[in-house]
Amino acid sequence: MRRGAQPDYPLVVLALLLSAFGIAMVYSAGQTDYPTVVADLWRRQLAFLALALVASWVVSRASSRVLDFLTVPAYVGSCVVLLVLIFIGKGGLGASNNHSWLAIGGVKLGQPSELAKIAVVLMLARVLSDRKEAPGALVELLPSALVVGVPWVLIMLQPDLGTGIVFAGIYFAMLFWRGVSWQLLTLLASPVISLVLAFNTGIWGAWFLLILALVLWYKPQVVEGVVVVLANLAFGVAAPILWDKLNPYQQGRLKVFLDASADPLRASYHVIQSQVAIGSGGWFGKGFTEGSQKRLAFLPAQHTDFIWSVVGEELGFFGVTIALTLFFVLFLRCTRVAARATDSFSSLVAFGLVSIWITHLIENVGMTLNLMPITGIPLPFFSYGGSFLLASWISVGILVRLSAEGRGPAHSLLG
Amino acid sequence: MSFHPNAVQQRGRITGALLSLAFTFLVGSFFRAQVLQNEQFALHSDENRLREIPIPAPRGRILDRKGLVIAEDQIGYTVSLLAPRESQLVAALRRLTATIAMTQEQQDAVVRRYRRNPSRPAVIFADAQFELVSVLEEHRVELPGLIIQASPKRWYPDGAAVASLVGYTGEISEQQLQSKKFPGYKAGQQVGKGGLELHFESRLRGREGVRFVEVDALGRVVREAGARPELIPVAAPPLPTNIDLDLQKYVYGLFGDSLVGGAVAIEPKSGEVLALHSAPTFDPNRFTGGIPVDYWRSLTSDPRKPLYSKAIQGTYPPGSTWKLATAVMGLELGIVQLDDRMPTPCTGGFQYGNRFFKCHDKRGHGAVTLAQAIEQSCDVYFYQLGLKIGLARLVAGGIALGSHTRSGIDLPAEMRPQFPDSDYKAYFTRKYPGGWNQSASLNLSIGQGENSQTVVNMARFYTALATDGQAAQPRVVQGAAQHTRLFTLDSLQMRGLRNALAGVVSRGTAGSAKIQGVVLAGKTGTAQNSQDPNNDHAWFVGFAPADDPKIVVAVMLEFGGHGPRAAKIAARIIEHYLKVSAMQFIQTEGP
Repeated sequence: MRRGAQPDYPLVVLALLLSAFGIAMVYSAGQTDYPTVVADLWRRQLAFLALALVASWVVSRASSRVLDFLTVPAYVGSCVVLLVLIFIGKGGLGASNNHSWLAIGGVKLGQPSELAKIAVVLMLARVLSDRKEAPGALVELLPSALVVGVPWVLIMLQPDLGTGIVFAGIYFAMLFWRGVSWQLLTLLASPVISLVLAFNTGIWGAWFLLILALVLWYKPQVVEGVVVVLANLAFGVAAPILWDKLNPYQQGRLKVFLDASADPLRASYHVIQSQVAIGSGGWFGKGFTEGSQKRLAFLPAQHTDFIWSVVGEELGFFGVTIALTLFFVLFLRCTRVAARATDSFSSLVAFGLVSIWITHLIENVGMTLNLMPITGIPLPFFSYGGSFLLASWISVGILVRLSAEGRGPAHSLLG
Repeated sequence: MSFHPNAVQQRGRITGALLSLAFTFLVGSFFRAQVLQNEQFALHSDENRLREIPIPAPRGRILDRKGLVIAEDQIGYTVSLLAPRESQLVAALRRLTATIAMTQEQQDAVVRRYRRNPSRPAVIFADAQFELVSVLEEHRVELPGLIIQASPKRWYPDGAAVASLVGYTGEISEQQLQSKKFPGYKAGQQVGKGGLELHFESRLRGREGVRFVEVDALGRVVREAGARPELIPVAAPPLPTNIDLDLQKYVYGLFGDSLVGGAVAIEPKSGEVLALHSAPTFDPNRFTGGIPVDYWRSLTSDPRKPLYSKAIQGTYPPGSTWKLATAVMGLELGIVQLDDRMPTPCTGGFQYGNRFFKCHDKRGHGAVTLAQAIEQSCDVYFYQLGLKIGLARLVAGGIALGSHTRSGIDLPAEMRPQFPDSDYKAYFTRKYPGGWNQSASLNLSIGQGENSQTVVNMARFYTALATDGQAAQPRVVQGAAQHTRLFTLDSLQMRGLRNALAGVVSRGTAGSAKIQGVVLAGKTGTAQNSQDPNNDHAWFVGFAPADDPKIVVAVMLEFGGHGPRAAKIAARIIEHYLKVSAMQFIQTEGP
């Protein structure tokens, strides 16, 4: 932290509160009627937190110049590690054939992709802040797209759809923060939206007309316009036709390729049990450690992907609202750090880091109520796992530093 | 434009607005799930974790007229398995067979029970021995869904002696579960399968209780009690019967294993059934908890049909015991008086048309009165009486005497006697398309031909002879008496008939059945049967004492030869009953 400046106490306190809440939930997740290995994991999570706090403090000593200096090595190093993982990576706990774990001599060290997310944020911030003006055409987005695209492809080869989605979230958030117009963002996102809407010809048709109108109104370069239209056609028309030509067995293989945890039958069972856990919590829940869905093992992955369902079941709507409020205030606080930053690199780093958490939270919490598809990505500060906790607290460290370097008083809670 | 502080502030506000929107949406979604839909999810959560374990209610005891136990419940053990999925049930069964021998058939039966209601524990052993239970308790860890619980099992202290009366119990069948006669029953429950157990099922059943155990996602029982308050089972009150258990056992002893037939003893004024037996019989205790396959096979393959009641289901030509019906009709119509003779004396047979109808005694009975004809069982007399009455009135009279209807005894599956219905012309034309004539009257008048009666229905008819023409509906279970007047004769005629019946025993065909000190009245019968022309069915229906009847007994022996053999058995039943009751009379009257 910068000498003499006041640390951003609200930010640190919010992160500490969420971490304490999270470890309490990891402890509760281990309280099952037939004890499993999960019973003791809260101790390890506590040790991870101690490590993460130390790392956070160390990182907070580094100025934004140091960060800027470290950006390229961190990014290149991350890409190399991700590349290596494709060949030597190990599957996670209970996860099937994805290769997200780095292991040396059989000892699992962690999931480098969690730290890679920070490296990508730094690299994106650097590339996007290189120029004075925000990218105004798709061509100008090419360098930044490359920065995200390389690790994204490497992660999709693991394969890990969840992390892939987070990368997309980070990218769009940072483009927005860079000042890229909404029209351009829409054109950029349109092929993927076409793919999602392709299941219904009518809706897709309306979307396609909208994109055509946007292209005519926004007037990008002719080539770009053609590319956008063709890409929408390809994803909206060709993809479903190709998909239909595959037999169910091949479709299944492709689904599993896109997402290692894709097992529709099991997945829907998990989501139903998660909804039952949350819904049966009521106003105030069944009491800390007393959730029957969790105790009796109806809830899957109750200490990692579905830890939010434990919050819902045991602490009810009351506990859910408190946790969501903590997250909400933390996110606002971080956005404020980004808004108060004195240079565009710092600002983009701050916003990129908070967008990691936002994407994780919306996907993970949404998944527990079946509002989002199942992709096993963890909930910040809550889900059991050292790598993500470490990455999150490194983010906190960076944010505290950037907050101290920013304009105006750091200690007011909001605004 | 892009990184001017104002532009950044604006994007900060947009971010704040978008985050507010997203969090409002999330909080709203959780409010909907946790508060608005809470009830539905809470129910689902309970369904996940709670399993109903039925606690069977003890069946009501069945008591004899003095309160002695005919059927009661003993403590038994039921072993069952809870499984979340069929595959896990099969796996658990496989593990179980490592400890306990189970045939593939037994395992398949468990799986079928499971399919009927997967949320209830699937019964493996409905009646497990204590040794088996202790072995299973040792292996409980390997079988996490195992439920062992004490459950009442039916016990009949006198076993086979009461089987024809009480029937037996067993697990409710799939057909019964689907039928409307068994509303509210669930798979695995015990029900009455015959006799009193079936007929009074609703009174004997009691109300099943329920306890709840908590299971986890793998079907392992986590908590045995306290998950939710239990429903206590309610036992059914005892069922008091009119049976005299001592007499019942005596009758069973008389038949033993060698005789085939049925016997019914009724108190004539009230219709109270004192004893009812069908031989050979079965051991109802072996049916409890699932009948062993080999025992079932031996019962169903036995040509003597032990499961078929000769007392209420078998119908047999009543033979000469029916002559009393013909006599009653003649007297009631005024066609004949007790001392009237018929035009043609008995010379060993009777020529009607181009057919000669034999008398059972080919030496002939001479010119006998009605009373003498009853005593000697003279067929020739009754042929002529039958002709005088005529076929129409014989059929109508028979129907009026109850020959076409069930006795109404409170036991299941009573057979309706075979007798022409009121449209007798259509009946005979249907039966004899080649033509028929009045000679049918001759056969009918001596209890042959189109007439086949159950033992209990003949006993019912004789209760009317033993009283004043009113027949009491035979009742095994205590309750209000129900009488039906079958015929009306004056007291002189009644006494005359009873004297004639007494003469049967003292002087006539049942001379061998005399009882010392008691005047026994009754009629033998020999019924030709188509299955074995050389071995007739033997009947005796009678009552005692003749002047004030206390007991009516009907005995039928399949292929038993002639009536006197049945009469001997009936006499011993009556003797046993009257001596016992006389002794009781002295005891209650004594100081």
